[in-house]
Amino acid sequence: MSKLDSKIPEGQLEQKWEKYKSSVALVNPANKRSLEVIVVGSGLAGASAAATLAEMGYKVKCLCFQDSARRAHSIAAQGGINAAKNYQNDGDSTYRLFYDTIKGGDYRAREANVYRLASVSANIIDQCVASGVPLAREYGGMLSNRSFGGTQVQRTFYAAGQTGQQLLLGAYSGLQRQVGLGTVTMLARHEMLNVVNIDGKCRGIIARDLITGKLERHFGHAVLLCTGGYGNVFYLSTNAMGSNVTAAWKAHKKGAFFGNPCFTQIHPTCIPVSGDHQSKLTLMSESLRNDGRIWVPKKAGDTRKANEIPEEERDYYLERRYPAFGNLVPRDVASRAAKERCDAGFGVGTSKMAVYLDFKSAIARYGHTKAVTQGVHNPSVQQLKDFGKQVVEEKYGNLFEMYEQITGENPYELPMRIYPAVHYTMGGLWVDYNLMTTVPGLYALGEANFSDHGANRLGASALMQGLADGYFVIPYTIGAYLSKEISVKPISTDHEAFVAAETESQAIINKFFEIKGTKSVDHFHKKLGKIMWDKCGMARNEKGLKEAIEEIKKIREEFWKDVCVPGTANEFNPELEKAGRVADFIELGELMCMDALSRTESCGGHFREESQTEEGEALRKDDEFSFVSAWENKGNHSYELHKEELKFEAIKIAQRSYK
Amino acid sequence: MSHGNMNLTLKVWRQKSDKVAGKLITYPVQDISPDMSFLEMFDVLNEQLITKGEEPIAFDHDCREGICGMCSMFINGQPHGPKKGVTTCQLHMRSFKNGDTIVVEPWRAAAFPVIKDLTVDRSAFDRIISKGGFISVNTGNAQDANNLPIPKPDADKAFEAAACIGCGACVATCKNSSAMLFVSAKISQFALLPQGRVEATARVKNMVAQMDEEGFGNCTNTGACEVECPKGISLENIARMNREFYVANMKE
Amino acid sequence: MSNTSGNFLKSSLGKKIQMGLTGLFLISFLVVHCLLNSFIFFNDGGATFNKGAFFMATNPLIRIIEIVLFVGLILHAVQALVLTMQNNKARPVKYAVNNGSANSKWYSRSMGILGSLLLMFLIIHLSHFWVDTKVAQLNGKINEHNTYLEILEVFHNPINVIIYLLGIISLCYHLMHGFQSSFQTLGWNHPKYTPAIKLIGFWFSIIVSVLFAAMPIAIFLGLIQ
Repeated sequence: MSKLDSKIPEGQLEQKWEKYKSSVALVNPANKRSLEVIVVGSGLAGASAAATLAEMGYKVKCLCFQDSARRAHSIAAQGGINAAKNYQNDGDSTYRLFYDTIKGGDYRAREANVYRLASVSANIIDQCVASGVPLAREYGGMLSNRSFGGTQVQRTFYAAGQTGQQLLLGAYSGLQRQVGLGTVTMLARHEMLNVVNIDGKCRGIIARDLITGKLERHFGHAVLLCTGGYGNVFYLSTNAMGSNVTAAWKAHKKGAFFGNPCFTQIHPTCIPVSGDHQSKLTLMSESLRNDGRIWVPKKAGDTRKANEIPEEERDYYLERRYPAFGNLVPRDVASRAAKERCDAGFGVGTSKMAVYLDFKSAIARYGHTKAVTQGVHNPSVQQLKDFGKQVVEEKYGNLFEMYEQITGENPYELPMRIYPAVHYTMGGLWVDYNLMTTVPGLYALGEANFSDHGANRLGASALMQGLADGYFVIPYTIGAYLSKEISVKPISTDHEAFVAAETESQAIINKFFEIKGTKSVDHFHKKLGKIMWDKCGMARNEKGLKEAIEEIKKIREEFWKDVCVPGTANEFNPELEKAGRVADFIELGELMCMDALSRTESCGGHFREESQTEEGEALRKDDEFSFVSAWENKGNHSYELHKEELKFEAIKIAQRSYK
Repeated sequence: MSHGNMNLTLKVWRQKSDKVAGKLITYPVQDISPDMSFLEMFDVLNEQLITKGEEPIAFDHDCREGICGMCSMFINGQPHGPKKGVTTCQLHMRSFKNGDTIVVEPWRAAAFPVIKDLTVDRSAFDRIISKGGFISVNTGNAQDANNLPIPKPDADKAFEAAACIGCGACVATCKNSSAMLFVSAKISQFALLPQGRVEATARVKNMVAQMDEEGFGNCTNTGACEVECPKGISLENIARMNREFYVANMKE
Repeated sequence: MSNTSGNFLKSSLGKKIQMGLTGLFLISFLVVHCLLNSFIFFNDGGATFNKGAFFMATNPLIRIIEIVLFVGLILHAVQALVLTMQNNKARPVKYAVNNGSANSKWYSRSMGILGSLLLMFLIIHLSHFWVDTKVAQLNGKINEHNTYLEILEVFHNPINVIIYLLGIISLCYHLMHGFQSSFQTLGWNHPKYTPAIKLIGFWFSIIVSVLFAAMPIAIFLGLIQ
């Protein structure tokens, strides 16, 4: 019998959550006051959970490593947030959102969780609007929607290209309200370094005050990890510089299983790497593919400038390979196709690791349309171009500006250069229906859990999941656990388990300074990132993964012998912070490769080269791999795989095709 | 490692902590690529310092795409450097010339004490927000989002004010270290929305009181904040805050 | 949320509105002053001008407004001093390099200095004319007091003319910022009207200053006899 119990309620899919809410044990207000909850991370999931739990009466402590809760990386999400409101009267429903999300995730997510997500999606929008989030509106004063990610309905709510920012600031304001009321203690510039388990239950954490360097012990009846994704294991990603896996990884080492670690989402339209100095990648909204055409030269190694290559010598490879969907194939397909061309030597730009995204035909097309609507009958070539540029600027002006700022090239004149980049990690800590990990009392919310996105996330659904978990799921599900904890008095942080956990964390810090090596932390991080990107990135194969595992082991050994951490432990020391995070990334990288190795199918963000159709498309193996991989840490870098079988009762599984 | 062909002289503020005085230290940097961001140039410098056994320069940064508001360098006398409408992380070295001398200082204000080198403590902003930068609505209280139509121009204006990233460039550049642009942006966002009107009176009074208590200076309408704001937050917001404040005080 | 704030007049915005209102009030006085000054250009040997001056010195309503004016002036100066001290305290460590010209006008950043210059000028100015008038008034000799002749005497001295011109230049720049700034302070900022306010403020500052400057220059050049 598996150690995994997903605790999915019985009954009809549509009624599971409603029934659960009506029957879950409650904690009375007087008892809530004496129950302490620690929330690690202040992004959409963390801020919304901390604020909501405090509103309910729990004593909450919230930590973030940034200088303010407002800076969590949820802030960088551009596109929007899905909700099954059906305001557009286009046939949307909870079921459709559920269906799209399961299918988008390539049938590797739990039906019950995703259905719950879809059913609370509408409440999220209500809550955000009530708390003053200025979502985009129509002239009639009603909320506006855009379409996104190839779904057939318009269900995405947005605030220009800054939806994540506005939603986060909304959740942050709710959190700050509770801070002002004294119900939440906010600890900014604090990083969680360890989990404290007592008698098999999570009872607190060890955190480092990043300013003074002091290690602190914090007790909690429950601990919520809302610490985001681990895309930075690839060194270069669209994640923030500080985004890390440390909290989740330490929890994993203390008994929490890690779910589907190898499921990584690669976003096809990022600004390519310009040199080895590059520290991070910037995403360009997916909406650009609505009008841009993607191509490479037909001749490998062509060194001509884009504008000098005549039309007949260009290969619009997506339109060629996928005539039905063309440039609008899903993220994973577009990403892999770009990699395939570049690997075959057709890449462009100085690095040759980029493809063109060209707006020339869009400018011409829009130019003609605008000339007609303006009543210009014989427009000159220049006029057409100007009209076209105007339309493109209205639609994508801010993105074009951003591109020019970063690359110094004018995308109205020259085609943009784009390349895929790591954007989101579907994998994360394994959680049950209550969002509890395999350690009682330890929860994971938002991107930090293995989530509702299966093997591939649809656009505009990450914000939805973060807020659903924090605002509407955890406030109920935490009661199931805490209602049994009301008699537990706060445990003194002098308890031996706290002492042991702190000693353990202190030992790691001490070790960093003892090594006195010659290489910077970034040196190792870059090396790790390259291996992960090359061998566990958009496409993987057995040989590469096996090599990667060996190489990562070597990096780990070298890291612990030769890393150089300057300064001291008892001060503000960003290099020390980085060292701790990279040490965990190295271990995680190994597990990701192991997970990828064990999954010999292609699905979603996981393209296994051995598993493809004759036409070179992804081949999913539902008979063998319809399960969640949950890895148990057995210590000493060994891991045991547990499988949670996925049952599809409401949905019929089908193979995706975009031909 | 060679990246490009720009050679620069940096004068960087080094300060161990807020308890000791700091000073400008000169560092030459070579082979900088014009495609680097300003922070990537600092990465190169820090890598050099670590290799030489010196302590790297501490500076705040996170998203490196101009939205989190964490980066905060005062470059050649301007917050986020010479280019308008960008944060330090989005400033690229092509905005400078080979051979330039660049002076880099932290935000300077009594309310933003230096933590180390170029890192300052901006928690005063959080405390101001916790005094009223919110709408008191508990999770679950909300009515349907479309029950309350909001005129598009108001919603758009509220959004423009809400675009503030809380970086503190307005305080840094203001000759008086005033935080009025930041505070007024939040007050405006809520003042423009019907949901926010409910608590408008208490909000403006509480937030202004906290702003004063934090030790920010006063506004003398030089307009520098608006020019230097990477998100283009308008002075109109300060005027709106003034109106709100007078009206609130007349009422109660 | 509950209201937890303190005293309005002591708050930063309370002080700010005092600066704005007193500033606007002082501006309104400048208009009157300017108007009276221009009587001198009748060039009628001071007849009209002295009538105006006599009216200003004796009318009871004007006497009351004079007191209000002084109160306003003092409030404006004292608050400015308090605010300046607070502002200095708000930045204990100054920047090594501060490129203010990249984002604001020098005179907007120099209101304190311009104001101090104006205050010094005002003391000289009052000692030239106001004190004498007051003395005459107290001695009951106001009917014999000839302001016109007094003015001619003062402005035949080139040093005085230079002092006055410097004072007027300070006034001009002080107004250029102060005029539009007071509207912003009162909360009157609107995309449609603010550009107009700024334009009016600019020309107001220029015209008032030119009119003020015209008198000493004209007298010094002997154009007024």
